[in-house]
Amino acid sequence: MAHNVRPSGYSKFAKKQTYTRRMSTRKSRAQMLLSERGGGMASLLLVILVLPLFLANDYHYDVAVNIGINAIVVVGLNLLIGYAGQISLGHAGFFGLGAYTSAVLTAHYGLHGLLALPIGALGVGVLAYAIARPVLRLSGHYLAMATLGVGLIINIIISREAWLTGGPDGMYVPLLEVFGTEVYGGPMWYWIVAATLLLAVWLSLNLIDSPVGRALRGLHGSEVAAQVAGVDTTRYKVMVFVISAVMAAVAGSLAAHFSEFVTPAKADFSHSILFVTMVVLGGMASTFGAVVGAAVLTLLPQFLADFADYEHVILGLIMMTVMIFMPKGLVPTLAALARRGARRTAR
Amino acid sequence: MPPAFVEFLQFLLSGITSGAIYALVGLGFALIYNASHVINFAQGEFVMLGGMLTWALTSAGLDLPLAIGGAVAITVLVGMALEKLAIEPARDANVVTLIIITIGAGIFLRGVVSVTLGKDFHPLPSFSGDDPISILGATIMPQSLWVLGVSALVVIALQGFFSYTLLGKSILATSHNRMAAKLMGINVGFVLVLSFGLSALLGAMAGILIAPITATNFEVGIILGLKGFAAAILGGLGNGLGAIVGGLTLGIIESLGAGYVSSDYKDAIAFVVILAVLFFMPSGLFGRRGTERV
Repeated sequence: MAHNVRPSGYSKFAKKQTYTRRMSTRKSRAQMLLSERGGGMASLLLVILVLPLFLANDYHYDVAVNIGINAIVVVGLNLLIGYAGQISLGHAGFFGLGAYTSAVLTAHYGLHGLLALPIGALGVGVLAYAIARPVLRLSGHYLAMATLGVGLIINIIISREAWLTGGPDGMYVPLLEVFGTEVYGGPMWYWIVAATLLLAVWLSLNLIDSPVGRALRGLHGSEVAAQVAGVDTTRYKVMVFVISAVMAAVAGSLAAHFSEFVTPAKADFSHSILFVTMVVLGGMASTFGAVVGAAVLTLLPQFLADFADYEHVILGLIMMTVMIFMPKGLVPTLAALARRGARRTAR
Repeated sequence: MPPAFVEFLQFLLSGITSGAIYALVGLGFALIYNASHVINFAQGEFVMLGGMLTWALTSAGLDLPLAIGGAVAITVLVGMALEKLAIEPARDANVVTLIIITIGAGIFLRGVVSVTLGKDFHPLPSFSGDDPISILGATIMPQSLWVLGVSALVVIALQGFFSYTLLGKSILATSHNRMAAKLMGINVGFVLVLSFGLSALLGAMAGILIAPITATNFEVGIILGLKGFAAAILGGLGNGLGAIVGGLTLGIIESLGAGYVSSDYKDAIAFVVILAVLFFMPSGLFGRRGTERV
């Protein structure tokens, strides 16, 4: 999908022209089904509907729910890294903040879980908005350092304020209650997380196809060129940063209620790195790549557990090999291969 | 000496000691970044390898100096292999992909060490005893003097290497403009391998110097790598002097923060200061301004 960034597309006078251009290049229904937006959404729905047939026990459900929770974070982070081209090494901080807001408000203050979740999301959103402007003025590795610092500070506060958070030992989280019934067990959580993931993917795809998405891609290509074309780059960067942070916070709240226990490890540096790795491994600037990346890196340790001590040796090797031979990530590389194959058979 | 001053001096000394280590690790980051524009997140693993290999070789019966030499040599080879086998094949990949490759390399190296050398903490013996030395009422361990002395020597030697040898100058030339360096007949591929080797050497030295103070295990590289990265960024990425100043500053802030404010929050204080510096100086203390090219 080559969306050429045309500066005229941003001018308010040229809106109509952009519309007609879009209409004239509109894809046929068959193409639409194969496109990321139409077909991808349908196939994700299909996978989610069919998957429970293969989930035999609690452990399977557990892994599936964790994939979903990670995927929600990674879909949001992909908007920031893949589309806006801004790296964050601190998103586990937002994830952990969401998780602990839910945990503390429900456990200590008896708040309803469904109330604590939006409070956490809102709080993280406000925090992200407050730090976004100074942080996003930085670029490249300086931005990486700043986001890493923010994540670490959040993690340190969570670990040290033991009176509130239980410190390094973590704390118990009450069950989530929806319409008077307690959410308990794999299958129930599966559908809640699946619905949230679908919502996240739908939001993400819509955002990407909107003028905002085009502005973001312009920003990724060349920030200066986008600015010259009239894009308020700071505004869009801040917006995506806040959206991705809120998505991480929501996933964090769900994770806290699902596992009924939170530890500061949820907010630590290696967890942030894991999220970024999921984005890059799945394929930057591909929403479904993000979902695939989350699935692969959540499943991989489960399979590698059989190798016991050699788990990390193999994990590191796989990460290096995939990134060396598929620098664009799994989904974009495989999609390109499939397209090439299709063209060859057509000829 | 007034007790308040002695206390301050004590914090300062311990801050400078850990700062010197951060500076060495930060220099490693700067070196690789300059030559290849890669941020090497496996830098901390070089630190870990230095300490762990020295421990392994001494427990295999080697004398300490010999073990140190062996550990440094092996780490340098690992650094060179990392460039040759993992970074060079992916040279055209974008920055984030390269970062993930180095993170993968870090996980791999940690895994290999934990499998072969175990997961326990191992102390190294101090190089010259454990009798504290008194300076103006404050005490300093002989090992801290080793840290400071060797770090200073390494920095001076590095400076000499870059100013007076053809090889050092070819690294500088490559970092300024890779294409121009190539056209002048510099073997750029070799320079990249060499800079990874040098960076591994700095990391290994840092790991060996600090091991008698903090003990070593397969995971010490994570936090030391992070601090080194912070030092390099604080000073201004790619600036050698900046990395040294950044490292020392970081060490002193941490130590003073731990002493006067809260030892629980010493890392948080350090990162708050780094964030504050970056907000006002987006390219670090000594970084080049306006690095963004259109």
